Order: sequence, then C-alpha cells, then structure tokens
Amino acid sequence: MAYDCVVCIKYVPDTKKVTGEAMKADGTVNRAALPMIYNPEDLNALELALAVRDAHGGSVTVITMGAPAATEILRDSLCRGADAAVLLTDRRAAASDTLATSYILSRAVKLLPHDLVICGRQAIDGDTAQVGPQLAEKLGLTQITYLEALEGLEGGTIRARRNLGSGFEVVEAQLPALVTVMDTANVPRPPAARRIMKYKKARSRPEVAAAVAAEMGEDADKDAVAAEVERRCQGLAGKGLLIEAWDLERVGADLAFCGRNGSPTKVHKILSVVLTGGEYKEVPATDEGVAELVGELIQEHTIG
Amino acid sequence: MIDVNRDGEVWIFAEAEQGRLSDVPLELMSKGRSLAQTLSVPLGAILLGAGVAPLADKLVAHGADKVYLVDDRRLGHYQTSSYRHVLCDLITRHKPQIVLYGATPLGRDLAPSVASAMWCGLTADCTDLQIGDHTPPGTDQVHKNLLLQIRPAFGGNIIATIVNYDRWPQMATVREGVMPMTEADPARKGLIVDASADLDGLVLPLKVLQCERRQKKVNLKAARIIVAGGAGVGSRESFQLIWNLANCLGGAVGGSRAAVDLGYVDHDHQVGQTGTTVRPALYIACGISGAVQHRAGMAESARVLAINSDRHAPIFSVAHYGIVGDLKDVIPRLVKVIRTGAGIKA
Repeated sequence: MAYDCVVCIKYVPDTKKVTGEAMKADGTVNRAALPMIYNPEDLNALELALAVRDAHGGSVTVITMGAPAATEILRDSLCRGADAAVLLTDRRAAASDTLATSYILSRAVKLLPHDLVICGRQAIDGDTAQVGPQLAEKLGLTQITYLEALEGLEGGTIRARRNLGSGFEVVEAQLPALVTVMDTANVPRPPAARRIMKYKKARSRPEVAAAVAAEMGEDADKDAVAAEVERRCQGLAGKGLLIEAWDLERVGADLAFCGRNGSPTKVHKILSVVLTGGEYKEVPATDEGVAELVGELIQEHTIG
Repeated sequence: MIDVNRDGEVWIFAEAEQGRLSDVPLELMSKGRSLAQTLSVPLGAILLGAGVAPLADKLVAHGADKVYLVDDRRLGHYQTSSYRHVLCDLITRHKPQIVLYGATPLGRDLAPSVASAMWCGLTADCTDLQIGDHTPPGTDQVHKNLLLQIRPAFGGNIIATIVNYDRWPQMATVREGVMPMTEADPARKGLIVDASADLDGLVLPLKVLQCERRQKKVNLKAARIIVAGGAGVGSRESFQLIWNLANCLGGAVGGSRAAVDLGYVDHDHQVGQTGTTVRPALYIACGISGAVQHRAGMAESARVLAINSDRHAPIFSVAHYGIVGDLKDVIPRLVKVIRTGAGIKA
C-alpha cells in the first residue's frame, strides 16, 4: 500500500552561528545578521518521508509557513526528492505563537492527502517542540513523538521506536498519524544533481512577483505587472516549476486564531544574555587568579 | 480555554512512571508553593496512573495542598490522548489559573497537546517563573499577578519573558534540574481528592510492544555543578583530575563526545547534542575544544568556566570565565583553593 506523506519544515536562523553582531543594542535579535537554514531535524523528517515513498510508493509534499524567503528550503526539498511543495505565507500570520502556527498549518494540511504527517522534533530557533504535538491534536491524528527508527509500515499500521531519553519504547498505531523525528533517525540524503538542474529554476508566486516588480520598476502599470506575473507563473506551472503559495483565505483560516491576536502567549520582556560571543573574563592560571575566581563564584552563590 | 480565574489554583502535573514520581514535579513543588502563596491560592498536584495512590502522600509532604488523583488501569502506561483527555477534563471542571509540567520527554509530549485542545498558551522549557504585572504595549490596561514565564531562546542568546493574560490556564513546562528540590515534610497535611475523571471517552490509539527503561549512571540534568573533561585531558588516568574537582564541588562528571569515544568516561556522562543537554549553575569545561555539538548541550549553563591550553578554542566563545593553561596544573590549584579556602578574600 502506498502512503501520502506531508512534511512540515521551517526556515530558521542558524542559532549555532550566533555572534556578537547578531544581537542588537536593545537586546533583540538582529535576524538580518544570521544565516538562514533548513531546520536540521526537518531534514530528518523529509528523509523519513522520502524513504517511505521509495519503499512503498505514494507522495511527499513539503509545506512551510513563513515569509517568501522560505521558498529556499522548499526548492531544496524538491532537489532532495519531494514531489510537491507549498508555501504558506501571509502577513497576517506573522507573530503567531505555536498554537496559532499549528492552527494555520492544520488548515493547510487538511487540504493535502496525508496518511502520515511528519515533523522534525523541534526547531533550533525556539526549541519548543510544540508545533508537532499541537498539529496532531488540531488534525485529530495519533501522535508519535521522538521517532528514532521506523520499524515497520504495513497495511496502514505504523510501528515506531521512540527515544525517551532514559530508554525507548516501540509502539504501533493505525494511520493516519503524526510523527516527530529525531536527528538520530537517519542520515538525510543530499540534493540530487539531476534534480538541482531542474528545480533550481522553481519559484513561488511571491518570488516571481518580487522579480517582476524589480524589473519593471515602481512606476510600471499595475495591471501590466500583474499580467506579467501571471504569464511567468503560468510558464513555470507548465514545467512543474511553480511552487504553490497559499494565504489564509486559501486555507480557510479564521483570522481570530491567527497571528498575534490568535496567540495566547505574548512577549513581556526580552533580555540579551550578557557575556556571549567570546566576551569572557580571563583568569590567570595562578593561585591568586584561581582564588579570586572561586571567591567570586562563592559570593554569587554559584558554589559553596 | 478557560476564562481568567483569579481564584484558580496552581497545579503541577505530577509525572510518575513505573510506580515512582519523577524528580521534576518534586522540584516544581517548592516553586509552585511560592507562586501559590503569592497568589493566596492552594497548590494542587495532578497524579494520574494505575496504582499510583500511594504516591499522593509524598506530593503532600513536598508541598501540595491538594492531590487530584485519577487511579485507573487504563492510565497505567502513558499515552498522549488518554492523559490529555483526563487533564482537559480536570482543567475544565476546576479551572486552575496555572498548570506546570516538567520539560521531560513526557511533559513535552503532553503539555502542547493539552494546550492545543484547550486553546490556551504554553511556554516551553522555562528556567524561572515569577508573578508580576503586564501592560500590553499600546494600552494602559494592567494585568496584575500574571505568571511570568522565563526561558532562554535563540540558542540561549536571549532570555524571553512570556505572559498569557487572556486565554487561561497559564501553562508552562519547566526544565529539569533548574529548581532546587526541597526537603519533604512528612508532617504536612493535605487533601487527597479522588478526582474520578470522566474516562468513558478514553481512547488508547497506541499499542505498546516494548518498553525499556534504564537508570543512567549519573543524573547530569539534576546536577547544579558539572565538571566535564574532553580529549585534552589526555588519558583515562588523567581523567581522575576531573573526578577530583567534581568531588570537592559536590558536582557531577561530564565528558565531551571525544572523551567518551577515547574511553576516558562512560557514555552516560556525555554532554552535547547526542548526549545530555545540561544547564547547571556552573559548568567547568576542562580540555574541551568546544565543537558546536558540545556547546549546544551546555551553552545555557548559568556560568561556564573553560580551562584550555589553546587560547583560540571555541569553548571560550560560550565561557564567562576562561583560564588559558594546562589543566594538569590548573585543576590541582582549583582543588586546593576550594578545599582550603586559601587566598579567598572575604
């Protein structure tokens, strides 16, 4: 039996490369100074889906919610073997917390065939690991977190080994189900050269629109711009290179549950962590230096 | 969601597996007590499972005023949907204002599912909780006595304080090992409530074929102080220096992946992306160069002291204190100062 898989992925700042310049003076994150990457465990999620399709048939659709720039990881997914990609993008979805995000994603996933919804365990920008479980609940799917090995898939039954930190368990469930995948589950395949040749030209509609706007200039006639965007999108679609872009209307999302207004959690305060990015206090490797350090640690109750 | 309910209790989900309570709910009890006292409401513990009734007294001894007990054979093995079902039922009926969970694999599986079903907020992996007021930007409406949910984000580069002022309960998962566990007081009195949740609609979609648990040789997550050694330690014999320093600080011993691969220390001690992620009050990295995978597992420590002979080792980028020198020289000096207090200015 063949399985349709939907893989939820996220375009994230590479928080492992955070340096001093990545923090602004007011303590907020300067996102522009951070390279953006495919969230690492989402690559493991994609690999799991591709392996399922290769073994059993079916399809792999990747979806991401974010700004048009996130098209980058959709293109990357197509190069690695995904069959289809959807960009879920809408300004009104900005500032969504995990609850609002999972609601919006659930609206979109409902429009896609899905025996298995696959997510990375967590994203490295927030490390919350909440969207997977919340999406499972919103979709009414059986939830299997921390998958570290897919032990079987047969006749609509999944058998998975879950990593519980202090041990493991093997569970079996009827599909449809949502699984979250650990980085130890597999080794993601690299993009295939032949597919790169084809899909490097794939574009989402917002990317096409941005390109057309840049070429035709600010003074160009609006209708002419729209017509040109449409013409190019049709051309891409004909070659299977148009990445679908959905907004909140397209997925039938209730705006009351989206974006800032749809998010119960609000930011009260943000503090940058002092002493990051190499600003450490050097202690001389002498008895005096070491004694002063220990004294300081005792005084602030870190030790003693 | 439930409405804002100022009389609502503070609840702690008392994670229990295989007939014993996990450490985290007990760690959460002292914080829960102080939150409940500030708000002048009772502290409740939610205890689910099969044959868990005997654990209720321990929760009272650690600070619970009430234990909501649901003891049922169908809750013997944790499943997301059954536990979510019971919790949502209890929350809907008793309307607590705060619900806290340990940020354990189980807590991080359950809490988001409950939050989704209740349409309420949830903040992951808090390292501190306080009570305070919040005024939404652009308004002059003061929301008093909210749960301030404090957590690191962006790989530990920022500390965010999150609030939820309208869609209650206010929920958070709390990291293991960041809140001190207080002594049990067997004389404390509390109420054990047979919560008799509505279990008729219970669904158990998972068939558990195999389940293996093992105790780790060391509980790094709960350690306040960790002394860790890397390849730079040089040999299994020299690794004794790491044990010495850990012993005199009352700390636990950690190791980098390289130290584990070289056989200096057992895998249970491994800190990092493929080992344990730790956030102790003090992390002392000795002879660890600080590969990104290691830093990911310890960068959120409150204080990091790096001891390394290579001034350019990346470990210094996450250090608050650095000693450039040979650990075989530096560690004995540290041990001497800590043991004798020699040279410390009062």
